[in-house]
Amino acid sequence: MSFAEKLRLRLDKTRKQLFGRLNDLFRPGATLDASTWESLEEILITADIGVSTSHLILDKLKKRIQKEKSVQPHEIRNLLEDELIALLSGGISGQLDDRVVRNKPYVILMVGVNGTGKTTTIGKLAGRFSDQGLKVLMVAADTFRAAASDQLGIWADRASVEIVHSKGGDPSALIFDAMDRAKSRVFDVVLVDTAGRMHTKVNLMEELKKMRRVIEKQIVGAPHETILVLDGTTGQNAAAQAKQFAKACPLTGLIVTKLDGTAKGGVLVSIQQDLGVPIYYVGVGESLDDLIPFNAEDFVKAVTE
Amino acid sequence: MFNDLSNKFTLAFKKLAGRSSINEKNITDALRDIRLALLEADVHFSVVKSFIDKATEKALGQEVLRSVSPGEQLVKIVHDELIETLGGEHAPLQHAAIPPTVIMMVGLQGSGKTTLTGKLAHQLIKKGRKPLLVAADVYRPAAAEQLKTLGRQLEIPTFSAEEAGSQDPVKICFDSITYARQHGRDVALLDTAGRLHIDDDLMKELETIKAKIKPQEILFVADGMTGQDAVNTAKEFVGRLDFHGVVLTKMDGDARGGAALSIRSITGKPIKYLGTGEKLDLLEEFHPERMASRILGMGDIVSLVEKAQEHIDLEKAKELEQKFLKNEFNLQDFSDQIRQLKRMGSIESILGMIPGVGGRIKGMNLDDKALNRMTAIISSMTISERNKPHQLEGRRRLRIARGSGTSVQEVNQLLKQFQEMQKMMKKFGKMNPAEIMKRIPGAR
Ligand SMILES: Nc1nc2c(ncn2[C@@H]2O[C@H](COP(=O)(O)OP(=O)(O)OP(=O)(O)O)[C@@H](O)[C@H]2O)c(=O)[nH]1
Ligand SMILES: Nc1nc2c(ncn2[C@@H]2O[C@H](COP(=O)(O)OP(=O)(O)OP(=O)(O)O)[C@@H](O)[C@H]2O)c(=O)[nH]1
Ligand SMILES: [Mg+2]
Ligand SMILES: [Mg+2]
Repeated sequence: MSFAEKLRLRLDKTRKQLFGRLNDLFRPGATLDASTWESLEEILITADIGVSTSHLILDKLKKRIQKEKSVQPHEIRNLLEDELIALLSGGISGQLDDRVVRNKPYVILMVGVNGTGKTTTIGKLAGRFSDQGLKVLMVAADTFRAAASDQLGIWADRASVEIVHSKGGDPSALIFDAMDRAKSRVFDVVLVDTAGRMHTKVNLMEELKKMRRVIEKQIVGAPHETILVLDGTTGQNAAAQAKQFAKACPLTGLIVTKLDGTAKGGVLVSIQQDLGVPIYYVGVGESLDDLIPFNAEDFVKAVTE
Repeated sequence: MFNDLSNKFTLAFKKLAGRSSINEKNITDALRDIRLALLEADVHFSVVKSFIDKATEKALGQEVLRSVSPGEQLVKIVHDELIETLGGEHAPLQHAAIPPTVIMMVGLQGSGKTTLTGKLAHQLIKKGRKPLLVAADVYRPAAAEQLKTLGRQLEIPTFSAEEAGSQDPVKICFDSITYARQHGRDVALLDTAGRLHIDDDLMKELETIKAKIKPQEILFVADGMTGQDAVNTAKEFVGRLDFHGVVLTKMDGDARGGAALSIRSITGKPIKYLGTGEKLDLLEEFHPERMASRILGMGDIVSLVEKAQEHIDLEKAKELEQKFLKNEFNLQDFSDQIRQLKRMGSIESILGMIPGVGGRIKGMNLDDKALNRMTAIISSMTISERNKPHQLEGRRRLRIARGSGTSVQEVNQLLKQFQEMQKMMKKFGKMNPAEIMKRIPGAR
């Protein structure tokens, strides 16, 4: 099964909700009037795209329709899809898979607020890279949450990769040791799990900066990636999260999880624009292989067609 | 961002200031901005719609307070409506007649169930109870270990698959009750695995646990940062489990928390607690007023209107006092007073503001219907009739009765009582206000 097919399968419920409404709205011969736009506004807003971005999209569509004299309903639907694809790729693309081979070791720092799926995603990434023949080291730098390192340990077993952990203590100290080990150059990829933290908590964001500095000092050019993990069910607050995390440590990519439910993950549309970093993957389940490389076109089509 | 929004508001409202009653036209801008505020707070699209419709219906026709705009007043009305919707009776956790009481956490992945389990245990211990933690999540890696760690911190036992000798969550829960009974644990806190509302098998598992164990409380644990999808999730969980209450977690961030309104509107279940941090003592009781302000923002507008309200009430009270003393109190004033009373909800509050009257009138009530009849009668009079009610002859009284949908007797009664009141006004300074009130129809 291709990634695009798997994506369609996992986004099945979402598609069923959206597809029917779009079909109805843009059925052949449908008239385009104020109520069409209202319904479309509703569809966009209930997908968590947010009011201003939704209006931006609607305005663009209206303008294009004004320019061309006669537009068929299905053409608007295509325009809508194009618009969403454009917003989600933002001219920036890039697959993490291609990048991880650029440096050795390639250090990836995973950050995000509480419970978004950082640890699980690290497990999935480890499995993926390991399958590609890369030697992976996990660093359990969440020394705060109860049993966080046990959790990552189980993922290390599942993905058959090595892990560095400690019981409690300072995450920066652990990272220091882990980087030492990583430098031995036997590892291709180092995945650093961090504790979930509210982007509003200054001391925790400072702690994150410190962890990053330790990595920087130990390995030149590292961390090569700082990836923000967003929960796909999150609403407009995701933008604030992205902004604050980016401020604390420059982000290089996004991963969005939990899109296997009915949430549409629309916040991505505006966040991607603001941050200008690629969305690397979407998480669509709790198993090792429930991570799908993100492709704007596949994604938009999987939910709308 | 709040400031931004408030500034926008103030500008929008300036345009509207100076109108006298709320109508559809003078609140268009305010409505648009309120809608925007609610949507940006993640309140579900359709919930926003029905909520605003309800509030607007209440607002239309209301007299606008001097010194605030219709839009500002609408914000206050929406704010009050939010409090009402979010609030309702605060039901404390139910305890079983025969221990152990069973409390079960359910919700999506990563919403904060395990942490809440620890927090509730912490709270119960402080109240002298002996909780048991039950690790019914056999799916998430190290889920039981996470709960056991919390159990060790709190120095209470954790019952898990190990103790049950089974990986079946239903059996773990079932056996934990026997264990609790045998070991003198009076509350069993069931930590279930996170699951998607569309995962039929796992939702069935919860239904089975509910049917077998019959928990006193099923708490739906939802992430306070959830977006529009909160509605779909809550609908499914409440449909399947008819849970008892909601706990919103991660409210220590800066999310506006509109999911609270969506979930409350969709399920009708009370929001019981807010999680405000990762540590076990960071569990707060739910306050509808705070939540309303958080969702709507615009706290400054709300307090502006509140101040104006106080100010105007005070002004009117003073005016009224002067009229009482000068014996200029006419039917128009009477009617104004009644309308004001109705708006404020209690006669005590307005009379309480009249210097020297406050404190002496506790416990008096006014019958709403009687008040409505009275205002109807007075509004069927012409202005000169209101000023000189003693001039009213039979034909006019009949016209007024017809116009107000009352009877001539009722008109007569009102006029007679008003006349008596006027007589008493002269002695007002010396009189006990409770006695004045007795003469007003409907006042008891
Ligand atoms: N359905 C679904 N669940 C997921 C996905 N990714 C993670 N989860 C679940 O979400 C929950 C939280 O995941 P974690 O990986 O522990 O999240 P985290 O960000 O490490 O959490 P903290 O370290 O506590 O901040 C777990 O139950 C995961 O199984 C996904 O893509 N889909
Ligand atoms: N900041 C903050 N974090 C919280 C709060 N409640 C829980 N968390 C954190 O959110 C993350 C997930 O919490 P858990 O209690 O593991 O969530 P769960 O619902 O049991 O997750 P699953 O069992 O995987 O479904 C952890 O990092 C918790 O520390 C809260 O009120 N505020
Ligand atoms: Mg984690
Ligand atoms: Mg849990």
